[in-house]
Amino acid sequence: MTPKRYVARSSEIAARRLGNETMIMSGRDSTLFSLNEVATVIWEAADGLTALDEIVERRICQEFDVELGEALRDAEALAEALAGHGLFLLSDKPFQSVPALKEQT
Amino acid sequence: MSELTATLDRNIVIEIGDVPVRVRTGDPAFLQLLEKRYTGFVNHRSYAEFEFDVDLTPPGNVGADDDVRVLQRSGRWSLKRGDFHAEWDAASKSGNIRQTANPYSIDSILRIVHTLVLSKQGGFLVHAASAVRKGRAFLFAGVSGAGKTTIARLAPGNVTLLTDEISYVREQDGGYSAFGTPFTGELAKVGDNICAPIAALYLLAKGPKNRIEPLAHAEAARALLANILFFAEDAELVKLVFESACEFVSRVPVYRLTFVPDASVWEMIG
Repeated sequence: MTPKRYVARSSEIAARRLGNETMIMSGRDSTLFSLNEVATVIWEAADGLTALDEIVERRICQEFDVELGEALRDAEALAEALAGHGLFLLSDKPFQSVPALKEQT
Repeated sequence: MSELTATLDRNIVIEIGDVPVRVRTGDPAFLQLLEKRYTGFVNHRSYAEFEFDVDLTPPGNVGADDDVRVLQRSGRWSLKRGDFHAEWDAASKSGNIRQTANPYSIDSILRIVHTLVLSKQGGFLVHAASAVRKGRAFLFAGVSGAGKTTIARLAPGNVTLLTDEISYVREQDGGYSAFGTPFTGELAKVGDNICAPIAALYLLAKGPKNRIEPLAHAEAARALLANILFFAEDAELVKLVFESACEFVSRVPVYRLTFVPDASVWEMIG
């Protein structure tokens, strides 16, 4: 059985939802990232307490017409990529707290 | 007048964006150069928000093309490039500058100081021409060659130029205002020292016919951020500038302006 993975947004960034996209600025090196609509759902659900597979099953598969296995693989790849840029924190245990989000639609 | 008093009198206050910065120098020729360079932005009032003592160094092998480094350590800002080194105490808002007697160095230092000041005021400096028409300001942003100077040069008589190169934007009275700056581009014409509420930001592109297209917030934010000047290696201030840019595009209309480089483009503005 694959161990649970928990994702949390880093406090080293600033993020803002603009329309269907989420813009993220790394405070460390000023790099700007844009997340599309699907990635935005994962980003916003990354509360550090909900496991990634639960986010995919409850949010991605419900809101987008996508098969669970494929969505999970894509979500894990996204989480790894964001963690590689210091935007996400990954853990096999739930986090204690994560920074609040600002939203601008 | 004693020699000491004469020395103390060798200063000017350069006020850009309603932020007075005093520059002291013991060199009357350099002072004269500054007064000429910042004509329209110099005042003689006693109050200044920031104070700098300039220590002129002999001309030598200095590099204005080197990368600038802006760091804060223990409450003290360090602004360093090949042609200058400035230090500035964040609490007392005073510091010193070591540079050769060329106006480009202090121009760069002033820009950096203003980017730091604005970052905490919901504002920013941006690569954009700006102008006032009928009491409203319009910004024209773009990289070098996009048409900032061209559109400034084409402005009709009822338009007041704020700058053809670097616009000064600050959150004010529930909206955003643009201020004139002495920071010039190819036009080499200092802007008028006035301010006006910003009505729109145009992202410039030259094309076969004039056209204006509204931009979605995300695209507008990407474009604006690509044109904002910010130099400090400071995570918290970087985040503030990002927030300011996102807030700006959510409150000010942003368009892509494709234009033919002739005066007809101004029929679409204001």
